[in-house]
Amino acid sequence: MIIIIDYGLGNLGSLLNMLKKLNVEAKISSDITDFEEADKLILPGVGSFDQGAYNLKEFKLIDILNKQVIAKKIPILGICLGMQLFTKQSEEGSLGGLGWFDAITIKFRFDSQLNLKIPHMGWGPINIRKNNLLFDNITKESMFYFVHSYHVICNDHTDILSTTNYGYDFVSSISRDNIIGVQFHPEKSHKYGMKLLENFSRI
Amino acid sequence: MISSLSKTVYMVLTRRIIPCLDLKDGRVVKGTHFLELRDAGDPVELAERYNEQGADEVVFLDITASKEQRGAIIDVIKRAADKLFLPLTVGGGIRTVDDISQILRAGADKVSINTSAVQDPGLISRGAEHFGTQCIVVAMDVRRNYESSPDSTPVLLPDGSTCWYEVVIYGGSKPTRIDAIKWAKEAEDRGAGEILLTSMETDGTKNGFDISITAAISDHVGIPVIASGGVGTFSHFYDGFVNGRADACLAASVFHYGECTVREVKEYLAGRGIPVRL
Repeated sequence: MIIIIDYGLGNLGSLLNMLKKLNVEAKISSDITDFEEADKLILPGVGSFDQGAYNLKEFKLIDILNKQVIAKKIPILGICLGMQLFTKQSEEGSLGGLGWFDAITIKFRFDSQLNLKIPHMGWGPINIRKNNLLFDNITKESMFYFVHSYHVICNDHTDILSTTNYGYDFVSSISRDNIIGVQFHPEKSHKYGMKLLENFSRI
Repeated sequence: MISSLSKTVYMVLTRRIIPCLDLKDGRVVKGTHFLELRDAGDPVELAERYNEQGADEVVFLDITASKEQRGAIIDVIKRAADKLFLPLTVGGGIRTVDDISQILRAGADKVSINTSAVQDPGLISRGAEHFGTQCIVVAMDVRRNYESSPDSTPVLLPDGSTCWYEVVIYGGSKPTRIDAIKWAKEAEDRGAGEILLTSMETDGTKNGFDISITAAISDHVGIPVIASGGVGTFSHFYDGFVNGRADACLAASVFHYGECTVREVKEYLAGRGIPVRL
């Protein structure tokens, strides 16, 4: 059973629908008992960093997340803000993240001559930097849907799972042991998004 | 920190093609050429077809007049979210944060606000604060105004004359004296994540987008601009991206009536060097 973590942010329905379509057992929950029984967790999230960090605390999820993910090594996938919350902090706010990666989250900065819009919104490919089952049958032609103004930078380059170019190469996914984060939205990325979630369900 | 990694530049972001469906009481209003559909009036079935053709997003514009009938759109969004797995924007009749919340909870990813944003610009800020800037699309209908107005921003037209563009509300029926470029900037400052720009000059003409205002607004704001109104053929999309500097192009009838498919448009654009997702 995959638990999609409900901490009061974003649209969780499409994620659940996609997993249902894949015949993967999944449930949206903020109930600690469910977390304890979960094989895997997904931390989704659309919204601001501080709202996310605040809600994790308000929903009293930080201890149980640390227990399941860090102590018990249950696989977790962070999506968009969910991935950013794995870092220590963000330029978007003042509250701390979960700090699972030696990484921080910063805003896109471009030379004004590049004339690039923020948010980075639309479909783009990923440049896979290391092997992970998550990218089984995903190639550099596979496109994913992005919508974000902030991105992660890793102090430890071995955490970088993929990069994507938007003005420069930014980190579009990260991994360390059982923890994976993706900046794009697999639940909005049609067939490749579905493939990626299927891969995650098999990890 | 990233610079020490090998530099692989694939491309800048792909340009988006967005079909728009007008809905009334939960049904597609404009005719459709998809004769083989079981129910040509069902927006979800039509959206799925666009999905298969490679649409990058889909927009549902609810033109239902009465508030009582608005439950229909919620049902449509729920069914669409069950099947589509691509970004869905919903607009029409959204006036409050509660309205936004209802639509997002039903499964939409973004809401598009138009008249209500002009009448209550705080709605943009409140929406962005609650749900994030990425889900607030400010739609604006504009038309040319040749009268002199000291505070307006002049825009150069292809024939060499100048005018300013005025925001019109209530489906293009009520002028506001608001300068379109300034309004776009204000929408951005208040937290809009995207501008959906429709020029009344070109809408329905099939002569192509209004490039002058599309380029002017795209140059004035730092958020993505979706061009809308006037597409009749492939090259109009190309113009919208290259000369209008739009980040996305939206079209309705050209797709509904089968003049071209989303896939054909994208293949054409790819052939002319525009990055698209095929």
